[in-house]
Amino acid sequence: MSAVIEEHHHDDHHHGPAKGIMRWVFTTNHKDIGTLYLWFSFAMFLLGGSFALVIRAELFQPGLQIVEPEFFNQMTTMHGLIMVFGAVMPAFVGLANWLVPMMIGAPDMALPRMNNYSFWILPFAFTMLASTLLMEGGGPNFGWTFYAPLSTEQGPPSTTFFIFAVHLMGISSIMGSINVIVTILNLRAPGLTLMQMPLFVWTWLITAFLLIAVMPVLAGVVTMMLMDIHFGTAFFNAGGGGDPVLFQHVFWFFGHPEVYIMILPAFGVVSAIIPTFARKRLFGYASMVYATSSIAFLSFIVWAHHMFTVGMPLAGELYFMYATMLIAIPTGVKVFNWVATMWQGAMTFETPMLFAIAFVILFTIGGLSGLMLAIGPADFQYHDTYFVVAHFHYVLVPGSVFSIMAAVYYWLPKWTGNMYDEALGKLHFWLSFVGINVLFFPQHFVGLAGMPRRVPDYNLQFADYNMVSSVGAFLFGFSQLLFLFIVIKCVRGGVKATDQVWEGAHGLEWTIASPAPYHTFTTPPDLKDISEAHG
Amino acid sequence: MNESKQIDSAKRGAAKLVLVVVGMFGFGFALVPLYDIICDVTGLNGKTSGKYVSEQTLQIDEERSVTIQFLANNNANMPWEFRPVSRSLEVTPGKLNATEFYVKNPAKNSITGQAVPSVTPFRAAQYLHKTECFCFEQQILASGESMQMPLRFIIDSDLPKDITKLTLSYTLYDITEQISGDLAAD
Repeated sequence: MSAVIEEHHHDDHHHGPAKGIMRWVFTTNHKDIGTLYLWFSFAMFLLGGSFALVIRAELFQPGLQIVEPEFFNQMTTMHGLIMVFGAVMPAFVGLANWLVPMMIGAPDMALPRMNNYSFWILPFAFTMLASTLLMEGGGPNFGWTFYAPLSTEQGPPSTTFFIFAVHLMGISSIMGSINVIVTILNLRAPGLTLMQMPLFVWTWLITAFLLIAVMPVLAGVVTMMLMDIHFGTAFFNAGGGGDPVLFQHVFWFFGHPEVYIMILPAFGVVSAIIPTFARKRLFGYASMVYATSSIAFLSFIVWAHHMFTVGMPLAGELYFMYATMLIAIPTGVKVFNWVATMWQGAMTFETPMLFAIAFVILFTIGGLSGLMLAIGPADFQYHDTYFVVAHFHYVLVPGSVFSIMAAVYYWLPKWTGNMYDEALGKLHFWLSFVGINVLFFPQHFVGLAGMPRRVPDYNLQFADYNMVSSVGAFLFGFSQLLFLFIVIKCVRGGVKATDQVWEGAHGLEWTIASPAPYHTFTTPPDLKDISEAHG
Repeated sequence: MNESKQIDSAKRGAAKLVLVVVGMFGFGFALVPLYDIICDVTGLNGKTSGKYVSEQTLQIDEERSVTIQFLANNNANMPWEFRPVSRSLEVTPGKLNATEFYVKNPAKNSITGQAVPSVTPFRAAQYLHKTECFCFEQQILASGESMQMPLRFIIDSDLPKDITKLTLSYTLYDITEQISGDLAAD
């Protein structure tokens, strides 16, 4: 996206970007940092994706063909860690950097220098994490949930590097979210009240609070692991008076809000895109805000549904089961609001809208399999099977990842000043859509039939569905190179975009020039028509 | 100027949020004792409490008889032979019972062991009172040494009526390294 900004004319009061590589190292500009985050997360998406393809290649047929089980375990672990912490989370932080200041009429993020630090920690964290694969004993092989005592007592020596990498990612996310919160609370254009903010800003505000509440708990749990491994404590070692189940409680106290951290900004993105292409206002704006807040609140009190099989008392199972099912209500409110927004709208189906509609449908499928998993007695059958894998990939890939792609297509003309290639965009959508369903839908069936997750080899009865699933994986994986091509093509040139870009687009970011100038809203916008601030 | 005021309030906001972060980091660690307390009060994870000292004479319920089964397991890498002397006992709630567990160290070196108890069903844990248990201390066995380890317990007569059978399981851990690590640290 560098080409964009270099076109920008110089202005006496506001410096344009510096030249060369140092521009990116020292930048405190929210747009530059947003761009860095997005490119970084795309690189991680390809890296994590290539690990997934190693997994799917091994699972193409039963038996061991390509990799050793030990390396297979490292692949499942690293795939999960990189996709969660390296691809999805930084992509949303990148979108927040680009969009939050433009949507609330702020000149930049509130703490620009800290913004620079929070990005530049990430490449170091992930270099450290990825380098464990080359170390003696290999990389982390205990799954992305790194349950103790598997990770503390039987993990490879590189576990310590994994722990420090998690510390660094945590620090980065915490700094990023502090920045988002103070930006939203302090830098809104005069007259822009909280209940007039675009939903993307709202969902990010709530997400940032979730991050601040749970990332320190993650830091705490890995610190306890570090102490167990190196300093002779016994937090998770039963022989020394600790308890391995405690690990799961602390981990999932972080882990459950974490899954909402990865989906709430997606709700914000979809709530921006659907009204634009339905050419209607978002149905039930206030209920969307309240639904998002209730989902965030509920996320703190349902964590043990990940551990129904650890041997909880019946009362505990019942409580966590009902509390989990309660989440379906605010989520249902959101899905109905999106459908109601489209109802009788003058819809067109540009690429962002296709991704957004696919999000609504496929995320709902993922949500329904989540409800099945929430049924305590049934979960004993589903636990640790491919059904769980199918469930969380349906909410994460056509959920979070599709929303990120939708967001990129939607705002790319604003960022670059050029329209992307619509025909290629649609091709990318259909390849991804078909790929993802071929990839993950059969996993429901093998899971219900009892295929365990995290295995390099499996029973012959699962062979056909696994082969189908692997074909889908390669289709989906390689289609993302098309996405890369489309984005690069759009950055380099194309049909010039208008300021509003989309006929039905509302909001402050569409009132400024395309491409967005290096500095925007250095004087706060005049909100003549305040309802313009949200779509 | 308005702009600097905004930045000041942003910095104040950030400072408050840093406090939240520090607090939540502390909360993560506070979950450890909190978890132990909750488990202690409710017996959620089947952990039995420490040495029992009776404050008043326990009521003896001659009418009832409860079966208690004993299990002995070794954690990974623990080479000791470990088994209960009797596999199960019929006991009367309120009366003191005694049994023993046998251990032998067949390894070539001296090993320190620690047994960790667990009771199922979990809700029975708080009704199992141990007046003496080898799990309250560590055992050091030289190579080839063996020993009978005592266990004395009372089943509370308040044990819910529907529980007629409970299992007391011990897992034995090799903690030689941790102990020597502690000594080295001292």
